[in-house]
Amino acid sequence: MITRRFTTLASIAMLALPISVATAENASTALLVRGATVYTLTGNDAAPLADTDVLVQDGRIAAVGRKLPAPAGARIVEARGKPLTPGLFGGLGRIGIEEIGLEPTTGDYAQRLNQMRPEFDVTLAYNPESMALPVHRSNGITFAVIAPSTTTGSSIVAGLGAAIGLDGTAPANARALFVDLGANSNSLAGGSRAAQFMLLRQAVTEARAPNLVMVHDDRLLTPSGRQTLLDFLKGAGPFVFDVDRAADIRQTIAFAQRENVRAIIRGGAEAWRVAAELAAAKIPVLVDPLQNLPSNFDAIGATLENAARLRAAGVTVAFSMRSPDVYDAGKLRQAAGNAVAHGLPWAAGLAAITRTPAELFGVADRYGSIEKGRVADLVLWNGDPLDVSSLPELVVAGGREQSLASRHTALRDRYYERLQRNAAR
Amino acid sequence: MRHRFDATTAWCITALGALLTLTGCASAPTRSAATKSAVTQPAAPSTATPFPSTYVSPDSAPTLIRGATVLTGTGERRDNTDVALRGGKIVAIGKDLVADAGARVIDARGKWVTPGLIDVHSHLGVYPSPGVQAHEDGNEATAPSTANVWAEHSIWPQDPGFGTALEGGVTTLQILPGSANLIGGRSVVVKNVHSTTYQGMKFPGAPQGVKMACGENPKRVYGSRRLAPSTRMGNVAGWRAQWIEAQDYVREQDAYRAKVAAGAKDAKPPKRDLRLETLAGVLRGELRVHHHCYRADEMATVLDVAREFGYKVTAFHHAVEAYKISNLLADNGVCAAIWADWWAFKMESYDGIPENLALVDAAPGGCAIVHSDSEEGIQRLNQEAAKGMAYGARMGRAIAPEHAILWLTANPAKSLGIEARTGTLEVGKMADVVVWNGNPFSVRALAEQVFIDGAVRFDRGAPRAQPESDFLLGQPATMGVTP
Repeated sequence: MITRRFTTLASIAMLALPISVATAENASTALLVRGATVYTLTGNDAAPLADTDVLVQDGRIAAVGRKLPAPAGARIVEARGKPLTPGLFGGLGRIGIEEIGLEPTTGDYAQRLNQMRPEFDVTLAYNPESMALPVHRSNGITFAVIAPSTTTGSSIVAGLGAAIGLDGTAPANARALFVDLGANSNSLAGGSRAAQFMLLRQAVTEARAPNLVMVHDDRLLTPSGRQTLLDFLKGAGPFVFDVDRAADIRQTIAFAQRENVRAIIRGGAEAWRVAAELAAAKIPVLVDPLQNLPSNFDAIGATLENAARLRAAGVTVAFSMRSPDVYDAGKLRQAAGNAVAHGLPWAAGLAAITRTPAELFGVADRYGSIEKGRVADLVLWNGDPLDVSSLPELVVAGGREQSLASRHTALRDRYYERLQRNAAR
Repeated sequence: MRHRFDATTAWCITALGALLTLTGCASAPTRSAATKSAVTQPAAPSTATPFPSTYVSPDSAPTLIRGATVLTGTGERRDNTDVALRGGKIVAIGKDLVADAGARVIDARGKWVTPGLIDVHSHLGVYPSPGVQAHEDGNEATAPSTANVWAEHSIWPQDPGFGTALEGGVTTLQILPGSANLIGGRSVVVKNVHSTTYQGMKFPGAPQGVKMACGENPKRVYGSRRLAPSTRMGNVAGWRAQWIEAQDYVREQDAYRAKVAAGAKDAKPPKRDLRLETLAGVLRGELRVHHHCYRADEMATVLDVAREFGYKVTAFHHAVEAYKISNLLADNGVCAAIWADWWAFKMESYDGIPENLALVDAAPGGCAIVHSDSEEGIQRLNQEAAKGMAYGARMGRAIAPEHAILWLTANPAKSLGIEARTGTLEVGKMADVVVWNGNPFSVRALAEQVFIDGAVRFDRGAPRAQPESDFLLGQPATMGVTP
């Protein structure tokens, strides 16, 4: 049996083509997924479509329905009732802007210019050939947000980020502006969270009155930064506030309302404590569903029920791991499953890693749901997509069927083969 | 009845079980013996402790868990099976067991029962929540060898992470120093019970471990200060220098003992040295080496160093490249304590793949352990294992639940030297048991009851009115939270 397995693997390895070639090859071929349980994420109906076919032609979803006829030459995948979902969200992180943590030459997620630079746009550093893309894509993630971070030498305003597609297409045009508040930002704001709100207000003042003449020119922002911030104050995109403590979230709500800007809370460990206020202000929260320990004094109220409580209060909930580490994008699906285990309805858990984040980051026309006419973005699962024991059987991203091979499977195949020769030593 | 574990007796049993010398056992660690030995005896054996366990298991009613799917941790799955607990021990496993008078009976039909989970790599208490500066007690990063320090002296028992780990079914954990140093100090094995003191958590008689580290961390910490080691070759030279000193120390001690045995009245005991006592303990086989090491090539080098100085590496921790040398590890009887799917957070983890568990496990004689190194990961070791199983299946190696549970129970118990007492569901073992609401290898699985030595330490159906951690007590921000 071991020998047979080896043969199979070896032949797979020999057949494996460079990913770009393999995917390009499939671009024009019709693909019919037959008899799936389809989670379209369109409309408010949580019920999936049973025994349903999805036809992909010329990279787009040509039809969703029962008993669709197969075009000549179409590749047919028999789903046998397995779940078919839109590609999943990988959260806010560093896919393609950091290859290896702790190696500064591979990390472009933060600027250390000792200046507040809202115009710092991490999409300029995006590398679609990061080995992380095939790894995450083969695990069912087709889109994510690359987000700048704050760090020693930056300011509380991290800069600009955007959604990316894991099929390697360029980042989306829509930008979001990232601001980090709370305990971890104290060192970036003179040692006080009060100063964080003070600096934020000063920056807004500068942006709104760019020609204000100061006797002593100690402005926070460059002309370009003033323009970027002004664009966002005028609605160019959301402000994403990384903030945990209930009191800080209240200040953030007040800021958003005073300046009349679109705000998204990221983290929000104690967001459940101000759920009614968030719902009233229509501010969504990107929760890390696994955050249940008081990692610092901003998160004393952290609980596994955060997502469920927010949703029950009418707050829009999506998910992102707290950690921006590249590998942690793969954990978001597990985190969603855990939120479900702690009270969130299953359909809300799936929406929190598909449709909702796509809407929040301006890419809902491309990601997060399954609809006729869209660029195909689909994952067929061998089990519950929110369970760690399930993996994708088929991934379609950017209209193309994607290889499930990656640097990880290449390493796996090399050493599994050695093990079978008793040579892993 | 109260079960008071006698540290001296338990330690002797364990030591004999591990084929250690009677000499070590004879000077077992009662307080009076330790005091006495300081004056008239050779330097204390490396396993003697002035900090004995005071863990006492509370009274517990006999318990009968009925009709569960039981994963024994010995490789068996027994459906529709009962498990009886009494006096802190597992007393019977079988069908249609009769409940003791007054027994608590749990209807576990449709539920699964496993041994309590064991995490061999935790920093709970030494890097507790909240992670404020004042709580950074896990790395004595002041010299590349701090074999003199003991992680237990850094443990803050009020870390709320112990309680959340318990909710994840963890009944036993090893708490280690961090990996800043080549030799970071001694670890401690604790029962996951709330206590005001760490001594009240200490697993009676469990061997101590020694934390060592390969690779980037030691060379970064010291290299950045222009101190040795600053390279991987510096790491190896650093270990070897320590073992050479330790060999001398062992020789001095042996010579002294020989003199005493020969009746020499004027024999002068060697000066005690906490660092060398630890290292000598490794060379004598009394302390277990838990070696933080990512890369395959470095693990192979460590095995050579161990051979040079005649000690054994019990487990490589993190070991993201264990799959590259799975045969070598198995041949040497070394376990790999690993994550399911961490990779690329540093250069030495670049080649981490989620098939690591399945590949280590697949080697004949391979010993895979799921570890956490994380206050989050320790809460869901079962899910980590489930990921390893899923990737194993994708590779063509289906792994049954009754086998995968070994990664979380029997294998870690073996690496900690407590396998004769916990880690499996067998008659006579400690009643460290988890009742799950279903198959534990699922994201939906929740531990419903967690027993430690037969006492219910967590019951999802009867949550505590107050959090056990003093830190969370009376915090306004938790109001309304079920602790």
